[in-house]
Amino acid sequence: MNASPVIQLQDLRLDDARALLGHDPSSRLPVAEESSTAYVQTIIDNLCELSLKDPLTGLSNRRHFRNVLSREIDSVARSGESALLLMLDIDHFKNVNDTYGHLAGDQVLQAIAKCLAACVRPMDTVARYGGEEFAAILPNCPVSFGLIVAERIREAIADLYISVSPLLNVRVTVSIGGAYAPEWVRSTTSLWTDRADIQLYRAKSEGRNRVFIDEQQVISVSAEEKSMLFGPLSMGDPAWIESISGDVSGSSNGSAMNRVN
Amino acid sequence: MSDVLNPPQDQVVAPVVPLKPLGKVLAVTSGKGGVGKTFVSANLAAALAKRGHRVLVLDADLGLANLDVVLNLYPKLTLHDVFTGKAKLEEAIVRAPGGFSVLLAGSGMVEYSRLTPEVRDDFLRIMGGLIPHYDIVLLDTGAGISDVVLFAVSLASEVIVVATPEPTSLTDAYATIKVLVAQQKRQNIRMVINQTARLGDGRAITTQLQQVLDRFVKTEPGRPLRLIHMGDIPSDPSVRQAVMRRQLLMQSTPGCPAALAISQLAGKLEDTIINRVN
Repeated sequence: MNASPVIQLQDLRLDDARALLGHDPSSRLPVAEESSTAYVQTIIDNLCELSLKDPLTGLSNRRHFRNVLSREIDSVARSGESALLLMLDIDHFKNVNDTYGHLAGDQVLQAIAKCLAACVRPMDTVARYGGEEFAAILPNCPVSFGLIVAERIREAIADLYISVSPLLNVRVTVSIGGAYAPEWVRSTTSLWTDRADIQLYRAKSEGRNRVFIDEQQVISVSAEEKSMLFGPLSMGDPAWIESISGDVSGSSNGSAMNRVN
Repeated sequence: MSDVLNPPQDQVVAPVVPLKPLGKVLAVTSGKGGVGKTFVSANLAAALAKRGHRVLVLDADLGLANLDVVLNLYPKLTLHDVFTGKAKLEEAIVRAPGGFSVLLAGSGMVEYSRLTPEVRDDFLRIMGGLIPHYDIVLLDTGAGISDVVLFAVSLASEVIVVATPEPTSLTDAYATIKVLVAQQKRQNIRMVINQTARLGDGRAITTQLQQVLDRFVKTEPGRPLRLIHMGDIPSDPSVRQAVMRRQLLMQSTPGCPAALAISQLAGKLEDTIINRVN
C-alpha cells in the first residue's frame, strides 16, 4: 500500500483560480476554515462549472453543448426516442451593435438567453453556440411537437421588448433551424448540427424570423392502415391473440417442417 | 484467397452510381430492431453454406452493428479498416463458425451511419470487390429506415423483410415495405415471419400485409407489388439458448424446429434465387 501523498495547500498556486472565481457571481468561493481537501475540491468544482458556461449569458458554452449532444446521440441510438436540436441565430444582429453599441448588443444576447431558457423544459440544454447563435437540445421530443416548441420560442423572442437604456427598448427576431437525431442509428455530432444548420440557412434565406425543421424521413402509417392491418384480427380472432402473446409451449410439437410451407 | 479477392483495378475505381441491383446480393431488413434479423441472416448463411454455397454475410448495420456479438467473433480488422484504407478487403474477411465468410462492420463504423457520398463510394467499391468471389452475399442491414439501410437494400436484387407477429413489428415492416416500393420501385418482397406460435400464422400475416398494401400503396400500372411468403420460423426455446450462448442455432441444435425451418428457408432461396442467378 502506498501512503497517499500529502499536498501542502501553500505549495499550490491557487490565487489565479480564486481570482477567476471571484469574478463570477454564481460561484461560491471557498472559505478559509474548510479543510485543505474541501478547499481544493470547492475550487475544482467551481472551475469545472465555470468551464461549461458562457460568461456573458450564463448558458452552456459550446464545449458543454458538444458533450451533451454526443451523449444524446448515444441515448437516441439505444432508446429510439426522438431528440431535437434547434439552432437559433438573431436576425440582423450587426444592426443592433452598429446602431446602439456593443453594450446594447450584450444586453440583447442576455435577454434572449433568458427568454430561451424560460421557453424550454429543465431537462433541455440551452447553449450559446457562437456570437449571436444559440442552440437547444431537446431530448425525448416527439416529432409532432418540434415545430410547436420552435415556433413558441420564435414568437416569445419576437414579442420581447429588450430594454437597452432607460429610454430605449429594442426588438429583435430570430431564425431557427432544427433537426432530429436519426433514431436507432448512432450518428455524429457534426452531422446532426450540419442538418440543423442547413435548416437555419433556409430560414435565413427565406426571409428570417421563421422556423424550418428537417424531419427524419417520416414514413407515416395512417390510423386507417393500422386498423386494416390489425382490425379484423384484433377483433377477436383467438389464434392471432395467442400468436402475438407468444405461446411458446404450443410451438415445439414437432410439426416445424409443415410450418414453413 | 488473397489474389482472387483483389478485383481488377477498373472495378475498384469504376464509379459508382448504383445502377442496377446486384444479382446475387440479398438484403435482410426489418423496420424496427429486435425481430431477429441478424439471427436470421447468420443462420440462413450457415444453412446455405451447408448446402455447398460460398456465402458471405456483410454487416451493413453501420450504425449499431451486432453481428459480431451474434457470432462471437471479434476480428482485429473490420470493414471500418477497409473503409479507412488500413486493411485490404481480404484481410478483413473472417470465417464464421457456420462455414461462411463474414465482413464485420467494426465499432469505428459509427461515423458511417449517415450516407455521405464517400460512404456510398466506399461501399460500392467493397461490394464490387466481393461479389465475384461468392455465390451469395447477404447484407445484414441496420434497423430503421435510415438512408444507409435504404442504400444497402438498393444494392440487393432481393429483399427479405423479417418481422414477428407483434403489432409494432408489423407496422414497421409495413412502413419499410411502403418505402421500398415508393423509392426503389420494388415489385417482389420476401417475407420471413419469426417467432410464430402456430402453423399458418406467418402466411396469414403476409396475406394481411398484402391486402393493406394493395389498398393503400399505389404502384405503377402493370407493376403490382407482390409479397412472397418465404416461411415462418417457429417460436422455439432453443433459439434463446443459442443466442445466449452466442452460438449458431444451425450448429448448436440443428434438429430443433426453428433450425429446420431455417434449413427449409435456405432450400427455398436456393430454388428461387441462387439457381436462377448462377
